[in-house]
Amino acid sequence: MTVQTERPPSGAADVLEAGDGGPGRLKPRAVSRAGALAPYLLLLPACAATVLLLGWPLLKDFLLSFQNLNMAQLIQHVTEWNGIDNYKETLTSEDFWRVTLRSILFTAVNVVLIMVLGTLVGLLLARLGKRMRFTLLIGLVLAWAMPIVAASTVYQWLFAQRFGVVNWVLDKLGWHSMADYSWTSSQMSTFFVITMLIVWMSIPFVAINLYAATTTIPVELYEAASLDGAGVWRSFTTVTLPFLRPFLYATTFLEIIWVFKAFAQVLLINNGGPDRLTEILPVYAYIEGIGNQHYGMGAAIAVLTILILLGLTAYYLRIVLKQEEDEL
Amino acid sequence: MKRSLFGRLWPNVTAVVLFIGFVFPVYWMFATAFKPTGDIISEDPVWFPVDVTFEHFRTATQADHFWTYVTNSVTVTVLAVVFSLIIALAGSFALARMRFKGRRGFIVGFMLAQMAPWEVMIIAIYMIVRDASMLNSLVPLTLFYTMMILPFTILTLRGFVAAVPKELEEAAMVDGCSRMTAFRRVILPLLAPGLMATSLFGFITAWNEFALVLVLNKDAEAKTLPLWLSSFQTQFGDDWGATMAASSLFALPILILFVFLQRRAVSGLTSGAVKG
Repeated sequence: MTVQTERPPSGAADVLEAGDGGPGRLKPRAVSRAGALAPYLLLLPACAATVLLLGWPLLKDFLLSFQNLNMAQLIQHVTEWNGIDNYKETLTSEDFWRVTLRSILFTAVNVVLIMVLGTLVGLLLARLGKRMRFTLLIGLVLAWAMPIVAASTVYQWLFAQRFGVVNWVLDKLGWHSMADYSWTSSQMSTFFVITMLIVWMSIPFVAINLYAATTTIPVELYEAASLDGAGVWRSFTTVTLPFLRPFLYATTFLEIIWVFKAFAQVLLINNGGPDRLTEILPVYAYIEGIGNQHYGMGAAIAVLTILILLGLTAYYLRIVLKQEEDEL
Repeated sequence: MKRSLFGRLWPNVTAVVLFIGFVFPVYWMFATAFKPTGDIISEDPVWFPVDVTFEHFRTATQADHFWTYVTNSVTVTVLAVVFSLIIALAGSFALARMRFKGRRGFIVGFMLAQMAPWEVMIIAIYMIVRDASMLNSLVPLTLFYTMMILPFTILTLRGFVAAVPKELEEAAMVDGCSRMTAFRRVILPLLAPGLMATSLFGFITAWNEFALVLVLNKDAEAKTLPLWLSSFQTQFGDDWGATMAASSLFALPILILFVFLQRRAVSGLTSGAVKG
């Protein structure tokens, strides 16, 4: 997935937009009527595509969630409306709430790990000498670039029960019970593998961008701080951190979205198993909807998932929207 | 002095450890792909492929329909990138160069569109495509991939268009070019690097897409590479050599593109927080 943050609140990220010249400054001038229509005509294809290919599926999802749509109805092509039954059933099922709680915890753990470790690696990059920095950057970029499906397959191999490197290393380190350990046999160990995979894939993005942001901090600020008698720690908390704050907000928000819908990783590592214990919301919607062919129910879960995601990111979305309005 | 030596040493040591941690899975994928099966299933791991073999690559490329999947993936990805570039070029020009009512709304709209949770919408998309009798076709995949990368493409290109000095375009128009000709002759050539960078990130997204093709194209001949790779391991039992060879083949184009792009990713496109 690619996601773009346009302008996080202010500060660091603004400087990141080297390639983005921002809105062009135009002087109002007389334009003919055809000229006034031109921008809308130019935007028409993009808007049409968005309405048809994004708006329509969203609406369709909403409509499906009010239908009783299972295998039978699907084959006979009948539409049976059943009001809010799907929502009633979902919201009163223990499963749904368990999966929701699990998804939120899963997202929280991953995002905290990614942000903390990513920030540390980013700050380390800023401290390193040129050659070491370049080496570490290469490593980060390779991990960043690995396609999700390929990376998931590799992690399955690394954590394979027989001949997997991880078990071999743990065994050699003296943890002999791990010699033939099956990582996919329990909920926590499966989550451990998934978390390792996601954190490994996501740190580079945070670290590299954070490093890029630190390079834009004016040196004068540090000089001023040291003139005022600030030590290393103090100049970090009074100069570096405030400067990076908007960037950190923006990245945390993006990571929440990405981790919350980590569909492929969860499905590929262990298919949501063992015993459906590692299903997170998008996977749960998929298995209920497509797997068990309760399409209406699946759609209702999907709608609720989108609402939860909106709720989790509402605070940041509001900042971004307000920001755009002030700026454009 | 001892302390400063330590102070100089620890960042480098940490960096080396991190480097190994990040590179190892990628290295292990390639290493396993080139090792003979005997070295793969050995009690102690063989850390470096001593006897290089191409046998696993042969197994992978000779698997049923392999070349169909390559063709499918390439077709869908290239078409999606081209379509979204064409659509986005028009839109981004309007957003970067023209003032009109609702401009702000369009930009905010595309920003929101970019955050669309596609993985959660697959049930609805499945029903739409099924009702249109287009399951197992490359057409819906192409269209939806186009849409997946469109908002990013528009917003990024808008930045690149805005960065082209307006005076150049005006000069061309003073010299008698129409706005269209000015665009084609002046702006487009200057946009080339921007188009490259943007399209490569679109390429990565479409190449990697998994959730949608998983529900839409179940037929053996309609799959794309990610879907094939995800079922490869099950099909071939625990043939890790062939599985890693398949992964390598799939990941290689992206790894190459990304390493080339990395400078751009850091300098120009970070506004467009990009992730493969």
